[in-house]
Amino acid sequence: MSTLRLEVVTPERKVYEQDVDMVVVKGVGGELGILPRHIPLVTPLKIAPVKAKKAGSEEFIAVHGGFMEVRKDKVVILAETAELGSDIDVARAQQAKERAEQRLASKQEEIDHKRAELALQRALTRIQSSGH
Amino acid sequence: MAKGMREIKRKIKSTQNTKQITKAMEMVAASKLRRAQNAALASRPYSDKLKEVVSSIATGSGSVKHPMLQSREIKRSAYLVISSDRGQAGGLNSNLLKKLMETIKEKHKSNDEFSLFVIGRKGYDFLKRRGFTIQQEAIGVPDSPTFADIKSIASAAVKGFENGDYDELFVVYNRFINAISQLPTIKQMLPLDASQLGGDKSGPSADYEYEPSAEEVLSVLLPKYAETLVYSAMLENKACEFGARMTAMGNATKNATKMINELTLNYNRARQAAITQEIAEIVGGANALS
Repeated sequence: MSTLRLEVVTPERKVYEQDVDMVVVKGVGGELGILPRHIPLVTPLKIAPVKAKKAGSEEFIAVHGGFMEVRKDKVVILAETAELGSDIDVARAQQAKERAEQRLASKQEEIDHKRAELALQRALTRIQSSGH
Repeated sequence: MAKGMREIKRKIKSTQNTKQITKAMEMVAASKLRRAQNAALASRPYSDKLKEVVSSIATGSGSVKHPMLQSREIKRSAYLVISSDRGQAGGLNSNLLKKLMETIKEKHKSNDEFSLFVIGRKGYDFLKRRGFTIQQEAIGVPDSPTFADIKSIASAAVKGFENGDYDELFVVYNRFINAISQLPTIKQMLPLDASQLGGDKSGPSADYEYEPSAEEVLSVLLPKYAETLVYSAMLENKACEFGARMTAMGNATKNATKMINELTLNYNRARQAAITQEIAEIVGGANALS
């Protein structure tokens, strides 16, 4: 079975680079599963975990926005921040989640609201990616 | 005489202390320079990839129009000045700011014709002192900046362009040539030059599908691309800062060594003179006795 190469790149470094069987991402238009020999595609991504399936096992990478470029045998995800599931500090993410929820509940100004929502999404993504 | 000697000795001592400090600073700057260069290198895959995709959209489907790719009639300009937080880097900041002032004087008649965004304390203090209004500033950016550190100022600068507050945006920074030479540069960032983007198009670049549409992908990517340009300029300026500091501190160390040598010579001379005089006095005294 053929594989495709998945690269996750942030402005600071390359977070991930491995051959995988399948990539599942959440694009702005909905969830996408990418298999080898996919048609070339570019799409922005939502703040969500990216799932990489490899020889029966699954890995999660928390990708905070950014976009994905798909080529025949290569997927490149460019994101401003991205973390491997195993690197994530779950306790901190949990705290961030609670903080964001509190802020959302208190309903202050519009901008704060938006920011809190984004923060909540990031925290959730982190928690999901770390496999909890 | 002995008093003069003590003074010289004190001077030697203090110069030695200074030398120690400049020497340490030189070495710190050298190691930071290496790190900054690595950071600049590590950021390259991201910006290259982004550029590749943006240019393939911008040139591929000719129908795509985006305000950030179109040049408008220029009524106002904006400058994003990237300077360092600390001095002790030779003429790094002053050369850059001088260049900025010259450009502003040449291009604009009044201070209302441009906006300023400033990264770094040196630039901020300089411009503030001259009474310019500064739209936004970022001070205290760490030595190895992350994207998040400059994200807010970069996106504010890009947003201003999108909103039509100004019709062109320049980045003012030091270009890194090598560890001992930096070139103050004013680079146009927005509107993005579409011809430049497609300039090195060769080889088989894939015809992409865009989801949901090319326009929408572009509207997400272009601001990101512009922010990335700011980030890489920032990294380059950091590398320049350390390069310049290394050179400046190297020179300072050299000067201190020279000064110490001179002072030591003077000190020895004074000591010699004191001894000679003492001998002369003793001999004179002995002669008087006999």
